[in-house]
Amino acid sequence: MAKVLVFTEITSDNVKSVTYEILGKLAGNDVDVAAVGQVPAGAVTELAKYGAANVHSLKGDNLDKYSPEGYANALKEFIGNGGYDYVFAGSTSLAKDLIPRLSGMFDAGMASEVTNFTMDGGTFAGTRPLFAGKCLAKVEIEGPKPHFITVRPNALGMPTSENAAAGNAADASVNAGEIRAAIKEIIKGASEKLDLTEANIIVSGGRAMKEAANFKILDELADAIGATVGASRAAVDSGYAPHSMQVGQTGKTVAPSLYIACGISGAIQHLAGMRTSKCIVAINTDPDAPIFTKADYGIVGDLFQIVPILTEEFKKIM
Amino acid sequence: MNIFVCIKQVPDTETKITPNGDGTYIETSSIKWIMNPYDEFAVEQALLTKQANSGSTVTVVRVGGVKDTEALRTALAMGADDAILVESDDNLDSFMTAKALKGAIEKSGKTADVIFTGKQAIDDDCLQVPQLLAGMLNIPSVSVVVGCEEAGGAFTLKREVEGGALEVYEVKSPALIACNKGLNTPRYASLPGIMKAKRKPLAQHSLADVGVSDADRRVKYSNFQLPPEKPAGKKFEAMDEGVQASVVAEVVGLLRNEAKVI
Ligand SMILES: Cc1cc2nc3c(=O)[nH]c(=O)nc-3n(C[C@H](O)[C@H](O)[C@H](O)COP(=O)(O)OP(=O)(O)OC[C@H]3O[C@@H](n4cnc5c(N)ncnc54)[C@H](O)[C@@H]3O)c2cc1C
Repeated sequence: MAKVLVFTEITSDNVKSVTYEILGKLAGNDVDVAAVGQVPAGAVTELAKYGAANVHSLKGDNLDKYSPEGYANALKEFIGNGGYDYVFAGSTSLAKDLIPRLSGMFDAGMASEVTNFTMDGGTFAGTRPLFAGKCLAKVEIEGPKPHFITVRPNALGMPTSENAAAGNAADASVNAGEIRAAIKEIIKGASEKLDLTEANIIVSGGRAMKEAANFKILDELADAIGATVGASRAAVDSGYAPHSMQVGQTGKTVAPSLYIACGISGAIQHLAGMRTSKCIVAINTDPDAPIFTKADYGIVGDLFQIVPILTEEFKKIM
Repeated sequence: MNIFVCIKQVPDTETKITPNGDGTYIETSSIKWIMNPYDEFAVEQALLTKQANSGSTVTVVRVGGVKDTEALRTALAMGADDAILVESDDNLDSFMTAKALKGAIEKSGKTADVIFTGKQAIDDDCLQVPQLLAGMLNIPSVSVVVGCEEAGGAFTLKREVEGGALEVYEVKSPALIACNKGLNTPRYASLPGIMKAKRKPLAQHSLADVGVSDADRRVKYSNFQLPPEKPAGKKFEAMDEGVQASVVAEVVGLLRNEAKVI
């Protein structure tokens, strides 16, 4: 049995769902959860249900806004005192930035964005995609502990069996130390929806969208099924959508349950970002478009005709 | 300013990847290598920073194979002043790479005022080296940077986070900046630039020279394999307006009852 810490983020009172995915896989180990700031009581109850023995709210000066140095210093001290063997986190923007720095402070190894893992006899072994998902490999960590692991959201799936633990809530005071790179301002994003990397359903548009205004039909479809809208690079480069919406090798890697590709040819660099989607629907006028070889359900048709019908059909059943 | 840029050579994005015989890495013999796409933005930002600060130098550093120094030459042709190659045939892990880069920068005799890197290498997709290197050098870092303004050694940086939001950081040099697509438009190497690049200094060190040994390995890879192929899907013809409603209804039914994703 290993002593494990799962680092989580709390956004608008909610724990990121990838945290529960990780907890589900860690059943049988001694697992604590920590977040910077106050973990709300409701979240503590929920985390306990999924196996958290102790839930730590880390508090200290200069931690109200994220900074790689401040968070890393604070966690360094907390993790060191706690004697953890492993530290897990969901592969969010924040964790991708923070966890490597933290692992280096312990002289320790880190496995990034695993899509599956085991903890046999308290030892971690993971699977992770490389070369934009064109290849998978087994990854193990050597050298000083704790070992650090980030997990891709939506990859493990939500736990199905109960694994309740005590869920004792505790406050810990931590020290952010000197912060040289500090956030001055946060500019809000275009979308209030779930980020592409966390979204469970994605509707993406390609070059065939023809202009930015036409993304409205994808927004309507997305609203009907609670999806986030993405785009191909051709759509982004043509100015139909911002880069933050790009899915693919030089965009975001996504792993939703359902990915609906509208007017996207299925170039290798686009597939790189979305091939691990559980179910892929493609709408394309070209019956030979490569995307159809990856699609579970392909519709050979004009997206401008199909998408509105699809939206109406979904509305009927949602 | 002493400006450093760290770059990597990676397989071209079109490359078909095949695991090698014993599954410890991929077959590399027939691969076309390119400069990691995100590193192009890093090189460009380094050159822009040099242009705005007279007397500055740009040094490119790479850890990798000796035979192929093309990415370094490309960066020199774009306008970097000198280059360092840390020779390594190995497929190093992020920790070893960061430690080798640190060693190479220190061996150059210059103290880095700013280090630019790509936000991620598109071969191992680890996103660790920039943060590790900054941590090892004990300098602040900002990653996934899409906006960079510099005045008097202070940087205002825009970092992209979830939902397209931007965090605006202020940091004084020394700092490490990991660049994302959208930051700038990388220049092409000019013909005179390419000719000049051949005569620019390129230092070569071994891993041992920069203080890295096998004891620094932290991550072990095995079982490289291709992802399982998906079984062929179902395809529906719906170019004809008459069938569209029934096709869409059928697909929605399958999404609910067969795929169970709605
Ligand atoms: C280094 C590098 C990195 C890259 N990174 C990315 C990346 O991150 N993401 C990415 O997406 N691409 C990336 N690309 C680009 C990629 O190679 C393709 O150019 C791009 O994905 C094509 O986008 P698209 O499918 O929207 O456009 P196109 O290839 O032009 O395809 C448009 C499709 O729409 C169909 N169509 C046209 N009209 C209609 C209609 N009315 N209804 C339905 N279908 C219609 C056409 O049949 C066609 O299949 C990268 C390329 C390189 C070299």
